[in-house]
Order: sequence, then structure tokens, then C-alpha cells
Amino acid sequence: MSGPLLVVADLVTHFPIKAGLFRRVVGHVRAVDGVSFHLDSGETVGVVGESGCGKSTLGRSVLRLVEPDDGVVAFKGEDVLSVDKTRMRELRREMQMVFQDPFASLNPRLPVRDTVAEPLIIHGTAKQEARQKADELLEAVGMRPEHGNRYPHEFSGGQRQRVGIARALALDPSVVILDEPVSALDVSIQSQVINLLDDLQHRFGFAYLFIAHDLSVVRHVSDRMLVMYLGKVVEAASRADVYDSPAHPYTHALLSAVPVADPGVERKRKRIVLEGDLPNPGSPPTGCRFRTRCPIAHELCAIETPPAVDVANGHMVACHFPIERGETLLDRVAQLGRSVGVIGG
Amino acid sequence: MEVQGLTVEFPTEDGLVRAVRGVDMHIAEGEVLGIVGESGSGKSVTALATMRLLPKRAQVSGQVLFEGRDLLTLSDRAMRGVRGSDIAMIFQDPMTALNPVFTVGEQIVEMIRAHAPVGKPLAWKRTVELLDLVGISEPSRRARQYPHEFSGGMRQRAMIAMAVANRPKLLIADEPTTALDVTIQAQVMEVITEVQKAVGSALLLITHDLGLVAGIAHRVQVMYAGRVFENGATDEIFYRSVNPYTKGLLRSIPRLDAKEKTRLYTIPGLPPSGLSRNEACPFRPRCEFADAVCGTVPELVEVVPGHQSRCHHTQEVSM
Amino acid sequence: MTDTRHVSAIDDSIETEARSFGRQVWDRFRRHKLAVLAAVVLVVLTVSFWVAPALSPYEFDEITPDFRQPPTAAHPFGTDDIGRDLLVRTFMGGRFSIRIALLVALSTTLIGTLLGAVAGYFGGWIDALVSQIINMVLLVPALAILLVLALKWGSSPWSISIVLAALLWTRIARVVRGLFLQYKEQEFVMAARSAGARSGRIMFRHILPNVMGPVVVETTLLVGTAIILESTLSFLGLGVQFPTPTLGNLVAEAKGAIDSNPYRVLLPGSFVMLITLSINFLGDGLRDALDPSSGGGRT
Repeated sequence: MSGPLLVVADLVTHFPIKAGLFRRVVGHVRAVDGVSFHLDSGETVGVVGESGCGKSTLGRSVLRLVEPDDGVVAFKGEDVLSVDKTRMRELRREMQMVFQDPFASLNPRLPVRDTVAEPLIIHGTAKQEARQKADELLEAVGMRPEHGNRYPHEFSGGQRQRVGIARALALDPSVVILDEPVSALDVSIQSQVINLLDDLQHRFGFAYLFIAHDLSVVRHVSDRMLVMYLGKVVEAASRADVYDSPAHPYTHALLSAVPVADPGVERKRKRIVLEGDLPNPGSPPTGCRFRTRCPIAHELCAIETPPAVDVANGHMVACHFPIERGETLLDRVAQLGRSVGVIGG
Repeated sequence: MEVQGLTVEFPTEDGLVRAVRGVDMHIAEGEVLGIVGESGSGKSVTALATMRLLPKRAQVSGQVLFEGRDLLTLSDRAMRGVRGSDIAMIFQDPMTALNPVFTVGEQIVEMIRAHAPVGKPLAWKRTVELLDLVGISEPSRRARQYPHEFSGGMRQRAMIAMAVANRPKLLIADEPTTALDVTIQAQVMEVITEVQKAVGSALLLITHDLGLVAGIAHRVQVMYAGRVFENGATDEIFYRSVNPYTKGLLRSIPRLDAKEKTRLYTIPGLPPSGLSRNEACPFRPRCEFADAVCGTVPELVEVVPGHQSRCHHTQEVSM
Repeated sequence: MTDTRHVSAIDDSIETEARSFGRQVWDRFRRHKLAVLAAVVLVVLTVSFWVAPALSPYEFDEITPDFRQPPTAAHPFGTDDIGRDLLVRTFMGGRFSIRIALLVALSTTLIGTLLGAVAGYFGGWIDALVSQIINMVLLVPALAILLVLALKWGSSPWSISIVLAALLWTRIARVVRGLFLQYKEQEFVMAARSAGARSGRIMFRHILPNVMGPVVVETTLLVGTAIILESTLSFLGLGVQFPTPTLGNLVAEAKGAIDSNPYRVLLPGSFVMLITLSINFLGDGLRDALDPSSGGGRT
């Protein structure tokens, strides 16, 4: 393979904020503000962040389901953002999406077989053949083909999500963007779907862009991870580095906020509690966007936006004062003579 | 509080949905009890039934004893006296629990004055103290704002303030952080546990998140298909579970601290429908230990003192 | 061998699907007892409007010597001022009324759905334009316009239908526009877009079936409205003109005779009521029947 499958560089997507009688544009939400990453075939890149961080917009921008304002999305070397409608329609075969809400993402008036067959029919497969393929796909995601006649409301959330996955696989894409694919599901169903996605990746070699708010889930499925905060990637690292040597204070805080289902671990560990709410994405803080909640923020952070720096073998961090390997955020806070909210320990 | 043989049924077009099928539960003063289950396990319905907040069509039977009185037989008026004063509830969605046309402060004052003969100025002073207690900065200014001017995390804090306004003996939190981001969830859980300690109330924490209970619950009760499947001290449940459902659930969560990228354990299949009349163990079709004995619903039996499990194969499971 | 067996299995499943969808709709419709009754009433009425006049010994505009008769054996509905048989006139009136109502309902549904869908789906200047037209049509006093237009273009059943349709399409358009606005943001629409579907396919295959329920209800209400509006116009003397009868102008003609022969008002009047009521019940039943999630289709 020559070069990565998908390269995203400095991607920017803004949404206008309209107000007043004439819906005048009064400002912009910088939902995605200069995001870069790459995705190799067969690998999983996880995107994690809290609400308003732009992770869903990122996924949609890559597919041009919302139009990005600037930047590059290159699929196998071809600039996706500059191709015409016809070519874009062809490119859509290669990049598919699984949506979060298994209730809203299936057409309530279509039997699920037709929903799965739909992408094939759109791309010119004969109806009969498309339906036959749909049955095979339903089987591949662990459903019985005879259920194909049924409507979405007759299925549980997990089963609907399987249908959504089957639809995304129908065109045999090379990239699948998974937007919160398991967050609407119960724990026991969630693990079924995660394993299914894993099996399908081994079988068909898809590259996944796995977007979710649940750090444990994202870390479980990913080879590499992007941590986003208010439209920017603050840290990009391998799954091991994110947990073992996180460098951005936000990553530290995020890791520490996630409860672990192990009372022994929970009793021992000190959990950092960040102060304040997420800032309004319409008017983000100057300089580093995390500085308003960062326990180790410095004057410089308000003035200058930190650039992404490679701290070790592709481990990228956008922070003026990254935490060193082996150091914790609490160490740094203590060293600066500051304090931070802590639970446990 | 002690709950005995609680059963809740809802008549629907498709038949009788048996949401809760004989639940026993007790919670001591100052105790933190976690009720864990997936959707449809009956965990929220149980809580709403004890507070008598279910719709009229729900058929509730059993006993809910609170300080010797059966809450299910109280008059509506007496029950109103209990709600918000002896037992208070924190809901998942604070936007629906707060009234959008009154200020946050007015609603807390109202709550205080509904249960105690306190003058308005005093109640207002107490309201500001409460908002301060739950970590809302500039509480006297914030008290004059409306719920929509608060962020999600702040609304949840305001609701906690309202819930503890009358120093309830029992606080019921139904998925209190499910709608919140993880850093905000950490803040809110910290507030709930601190306030609970400060007020000295017992806490009934209902959640699907095993991680949440691991950190703060003294005891955990696992529910499945309207029944209690396992009950015991937190460490007992997490480290020495003898129930195939609990064990499966624990093994199917991705662990943040996992070293290697491993495959998750999965419980196959789906939970049964609430309509089910089947007399077999409801977990039977999904259980790796299932055999002919499982054709009847097992009793909840004591394994070691204070640790009960509902399973015919406790011996094999514990090995 | 295996291949052919596989293909035949698929054939079977497609056949069962077609049958089962039809049966599901029918099952759901059948549960709506009032709707079934309404459908029967409408069929019986419509058939009788076409059959009864043919069986009658009189023509609808035939003048007999028996004028201003109350119901008799020869004229079960009586006769009017110049001796025309009211039975045959009432049934002929029903024929014209139903024809007008259906014409109006179908054309408004078509125009309204199309414009509403385009406005809601594409938004922007198209939406602004359509919305402005809708507002203008809604703002003008409908009855006054109807009066003027009826005076100008005369009053054949055709011209009345066109005038009514021009005024009534906005109701459907507003409903459809609102629903399209709502549905175009849904994830299943985004999924269709990400599969490469063109706008037309998204609008008509994905969104339209979801808005059919409310549209069917609105259409049936329009049938009722059209019949009543036509009657009102006729009553004011601006509807379909003599000698062509409609249910509306029969009532209008009879207004002078309400004391001497109340049946002249009551009989066509109750036909109007029966038709509009039945159509509304039918609409309710259809809406539920077309919704796969309304239950009853499968056990």
C-alpha cells in the first residue's frame, strides 16, 4: 500500500450562528477547527471527546454530509472536497457511516431488507440481486434473513444497530465511520456489537474511524486515538500511550473522570475533578481552549494557541506544558503549588 | 426502608407487562445501595413504585415499609408529606424535573416551605446556602436565574440542592449522570456523595454503570427481568460474584485500564420481554450454565451471610 | 442446483413480503370498525349516485306536471318548484358533488405535496418563495375570492373545482413542508445521502412514505371541505348553475320551501353530512393502517 488510505489535514467546519428577525449571521461555531489525522487500511482510529468537541461533525465532514469550510480530505490520494457530484457519489461507495441512534437512523417505513439493499440499488444493482445480497449481509451481522421483511420498530436497539451496520457494509467500503455506534445500547448488547465490528474488520479489512464519548470503549477498539476538545485535537497517540503516558492535562482529567468497574481500583486511585463547565463553542477561550478549566494553565496559554508537537514516535500533543512520561497531572499541580478537586485516594 | 415482595404490572394493548416481579430490598440509615441493571430490568420502576410516582394504571402490590409505615397504603396527602421531606428523588433529566417558568431559587424555597413552617426570608437564606453546598458559584445571583440559564451540570446540582433541602433520610438518584459528560459526571457524583454525607441520608443509586457503583456503593443489588439476581457487599459482587448474569456483565465491559487489546466477553441473545409468562429462569436462554433444572425460576438464596444469588448452579458458577 | 434453490427461496420471500405488507395494512385497517363502516357507506353511496339515476323513469332536468310535491309513491323525494323529480336530482347532485370533491382533493394533494416537499427539503430561496405564496393565499379572504372568480369564470363543475383547488392546496403544502423540514434532519435521511442517493430518491422513496399518514388525513378533510364549500357557494347562488344539480344547490333551491317541505332540505343535507363524516373516519383508519408501527399487523 502506498501511503495511508485516508488523510485529513487542517479540516475546518464552521456553523453559522443566526440571530434576529432576518436570521443574520452573528458568528460562527468552530465545530471542527484545524483537525489533521490519517487512517491506514485495516486499522481503527478512535475519536473521543465530550459534547461540543466536534467529533460527530468531524465524521460528517469527512463524508461531506456537512460541507467543510477548509482543509483537505484525501482518499487514496484523491481530494474528496474538490470532486464533483458524480465522482462524490462514486466515492461514497468507499466511505460509509454507522449512526448513533438506531431508532432514527432506519427508515420506519422500509422493511429492513430494503434498507440494507437501498445503497446497492442506488448504485445500480438490480432489485432482486440487491435483496439477495441484503440477506447475506443480514446474516453476516448475525440476523436471520427471514427477518428482512420486518420493520425497524419490531427490533431491539441492538438488532437495529446490526441492520445499520449491514447497510454500511453493503457497498463494500474501505472506510467505515462509526458515530457513537454503541452508546445507545445496554452493556450486554454493547459488547456484542463491539465484537461484531471487530469480526467484520478482520473478515473484510475495513478501516474504522470510531467516534464515541466513552473513553473505555474507544480505547478498547482503537489502535490509535484522537482526543478532542472544542473543535481541536489536543492529543493523538497509540492506545497504549494514551493510557500509559498521556501528555495533555485534558487527557489526564478525562482518564481520571472515567469510573472503573473495580472497587479496589476505585478506592486506591485519586480522581481529578475538573472545575467549571465546557465553554460555549460559539465563543471559545483565546489561546489554548482548555486553559479555562486547566489546573496548570499559565499566562502564555491565554495568548498563544499551542501547536501540535510530536513528543515521541508520532505521539502528538497540543500543549505548551505537556506532562512528561512517568509524571502525573497531580504531581505537576503540586509542583506549581496549586490545588485541584480530587475524589478518593 | 424495607421493600417486600414488590410487584408492578402495567396493562397494555399487548397484554400485562410485568415490570417488577417480587423485589425485596432494604436500605439502612446512611447506607449507599447501588441498584444495577440494564433497560427493562425494572430498576427505575422499583424506585418510582416506592415513591408512588407511577401512572395510575400501574398495578402495584407488596409492601414498602419506611420507618414502620407502609407507603403503599398511605393516603395521597400523607404520601405528599413523605415525598421531598423524608424521601427525595434526583432524576436523570433535570430539565423535565425543574419548572421552566420559575427561578431556581423560587423552586427550592417552595420545596422548603411545603414541608416546614418557615418564613420566606429564612427559606431564601437556606436556598442560597444549599446552592453553595452543591458547588454553584455566586449562589445568591444564580438563585434568581431560570433553569434554562443553567448548564446541564448546574441544573443537576440545583436539583440535588432541591432534593436535600429538607434533609431527607433517603435520597433516591435514578441515573443521575447518564445525560452528562464524563468530566461533569465526576463533578456531580462528587456533589451527591458529599451532600449525602453532610445531610446523613441513605442513598439509593440506580444506574446501568457498574463503574459508578464500584466507587461509592456499600452494597450492590443486580436486577434482571424484574427480579433481584444478586445482592451483596460491593466487593462480594465485583470479586466473588456467584451469579452468571452478574459475572457476564462484569466481563463484558471494556476496561479502561486493560493492557492488551483483548476480545470482550459477550452474553448472547436479548433480555426477555416484560410480557413473558415463562416459568423458567429468565436468564436461561443466555446462560452458559443452563440445563433442565433451569426450567423453574430459582429462589434468591444466601451464599455467604449478606450475599444472595438467584441461580440453580451457584456451586458451578463460583468455581 | 443449490443456486436455483437459493433463488427460488428468495422469490418466495419476496412474494410473502408483498402479501404480508398488504395483509398488514388490511389487518390494521380492519381493526378500525368505524373506518370499515365508512368505506362501505361511501361505496354504496357512490355506486347509487351512478346507478340510481339510470334506473329512474325521469331525467334529472325533466319537467313533470307535478310541481312542489311532498314525497309520494311516484316521487319518493318529492318534486321541486317546476316539477322536476327530486330523487333523481339528489342522486345526480351527489354524483357532481363527489366528482368535484375528488377532483379538488386529488389535485390539491398533488400540488400541495409537491410544493411542500420541495420547499421543506431544499429550503433556501425555494422555501422562501413557496412560503410567501402560501402566506398570500392564506391571507386573502377565501370566500370573497371565490365569489369573484365564480362570477368571472362561470360555474361549471370544472371551473368550481379549479377555483377550490387553487385556494385549498396551501393546507397540504404547509403540513408537508413542516414534515419534510423535520424528516430531512433525521439520521436515516443522512444515511441515504451517504449511500449516494440523489435528492429525488431521498424525497420520494425515503421521506414521502413517512409523511403519507398526515397527508391522507389532510386529503380526506379536504374532500369534506370541498363538498361543504361547494354547497356554500351554491347556496349563495355562485356555485354550479342550473340545471346541473349538486347537493349544495339542491339545498339552496329548497331554502324557500323549508316550511312546506322540509325533506327538500333534509335529504340532500343529510347526504352531505353522511359523505363528509364517512370520509373523515376513512382517513383516520387509513392513517393508522399505513403506519407499520401502529401495531396489529403482526402478532
